[in-house]
Amino acid sequence: MPVESRFDLKPGKATREAFGRTLVELGRENSDVVVCDADLSKSTFTALFAQEFPERFFSCGIAEANMVSIGAGLAAAGKIPFVSSFSAFVMNKGFEQLRVTVAYPNFNVKVVGTHSGISIGEDGPSQMSVEDLALACALPGFLVFSPADEAATSAIVRLAAAHRGPVFIRCGRMKAPVIYGNGQTFEIGKAVELVPGGDLTLIAHGLLVAECIRAQETLAAEGIAARVIDMHTIKPLDRDAIARAARETGGIVVAEEHLTDSGLGVRVAQAVSELQPCPMEFVGVENTYAESGTPDELLDKYGLRAANVVAAARRLLQRKR
Amino acid sequence: MHTTTDRANLPAIATRVRRAIVEMIGEAKSGHPGGSLSAVEILTALFFSVMRHDPARPDWPERDHFILSKGHAAPVLYAVMAECGYTPAADLNTLRQLGSIYQGHPDKRFIPALEGSTGSLGVGLSLGLGMALAARLDGKPNRTFVVLGDGEIQEGQIWEAAMFGAYHKVDNLVAIVDYNKIQLDGFLKDIMEIEPLVEKWRAFGWHTMELDGHDLPALQAAFAEAAATKGKPSAIVAHTVKGKGVSFMENNPKFHGVAPTAAEVAQALEELR
Repeated sequence: MPVESRFDLKPGKATREAFGRTLVELGRENSDVVVCDADLSKSTFTALFAQEFPERFFSCGIAEANMVSIGAGLAAAGKIPFVSSFSAFVMNKGFEQLRVTVAYPNFNVKVVGTHSGISIGEDGPSQMSVEDLALACALPGFLVFSPADEAATSAIVRLAAAHRGPVFIRCGRMKAPVIYGNGQTFEIGKAVELVPGGDLTLIAHGLLVAECIRAQETLAAEGIAARVIDMHTIKPLDRDAIARAARETGGIVVAEEHLTDSGLGVRVAQAVSELQPCPMEFVGVENTYAESGTPDELLDKYGLRAANVVAAARRLLQRKR
Repeated sequence: MHTTTDRANLPAIATRVRRAIVEMIGEAKSGHPGGSLSAVEILTALFFSVMRHDPARPDWPERDHFILSKGHAAPVLYAVMAECGYTPAADLNTLRQLGSIYQGHPDKRFIPALEGSTGSLGVGLSLGLGMALAARLDGKPNRTFVVLGDGEIQEGQIWEAAMFGAYHKVDNLVAIVDYNKIQLDGFLKDIMEIEPLVEKWRAFGWHTMELDGHDLPALQAAFAEAAATKGKPSAIVAHTVKGKGVSFMENNPKFHGVAPTAAEVAQALEELR
């Protein structure tokens, strides 16, 4: 039986909706904020911005490559463009343009990819981005974020707008379990330690933060104290938090809704190997594309649940002995 | 603001620009002479008689924007910018050397006066449209000029941008196609035909003009017509000669991306007087 959580974890707003609502607030505060969309504004919630600021909303049609470079031109001329679509489309179809027209000249473009991961459900793998963080992190100068819930998304969208330089923010489709109250503050590149613990560390981003909290509760019932860290900033990494976790807990599990070959896990492993080598385990999508199904069915089938994190933690503890 | 009031000077400027192109590519022993030489009059007309800009203030908020989308023709842009006084003419022959501001393709990190970094084909028209939209939002007079290669417009993004420009009525932007009929591997007709070209731009909703891209008064007249055209962006299909001005380079696909030897440089400079 799951124990009572001290975290809310009730379904809250989807992070994509939190993005869209925060974008409207930013639009009211700063007339330089503009939005580019590729025929998915109802899904990405940029339709809210379009409704209130039609003159600052640029419909690009289903043409992501052009949309990204339009954003680059707007940024070059002093605007703060938010360029948004499904992560799979804006990152994959727009990657060359992100490289040459955004990252290379370091233009102030904010890229927001929604419907990331496999939890989008029934639409299937063509719409699921399981490699967006790898692509975003491969762009020099980009900041890369993967917020876990509504409050985190709202804060991070604001941090992104205030930052001068290119940014990628990863959002999801399904309702995100509520983790943070209103009091939480977020800083670029500073992980949030949600639960203290000395036996091992669980590091996650996005939807898997809630799964790690649940895993920590299961482990706690067995007398195992797992530290839980929300690594909302994928780049730049909070190397101090990683080094501390490695030193103080001696083992790290990284859990994410992304390919394990190229996500946060390998980035944390790089930092661990440089700073404080320790055993690690990885929970994520393993070298495959998913399929159609309900989000819950898919998270179960592809091993992105608290139970998978608990199993990884047990493997890790075996290795630590 | 930079203008050349004596328009009779333009042919002389064009010749100096051609000489600089041949010399710098010869010195670098690599680069793209053919497509640089074909665009000389287009850039000379723009920088010396059409665009509102001020080399002393490259960040002037009301300047016109220029993007060389066919970034491999960087030498023509470098020669023209140096001639304007944006960058040192004395350093042109450091082209492509480590640490030179004259990078192999235009790089904003090395020349902040550049509006963008180009070199990967197909991206410049979108970039220009974004800049033009920003100027329109702010009610500013800036106009944007984008020079495209003819081979370059085989890229799909160009046509995404063409649809966008017409749909959003971006009438403060002009696209110029340097139509020299040759790309790296040979003649366009043997690689990927782009005809009917004028009809394509018209069908995409652009005010389209066709002219001899080495005819300076014709170029000036077309830019004036573009400025007077409201409600749609303008496209200029400029028929040019690859390698224009150097007899052995003209219409010779070899000189798309091969530098002249020292002897060839000497011969070219003989011809360019």
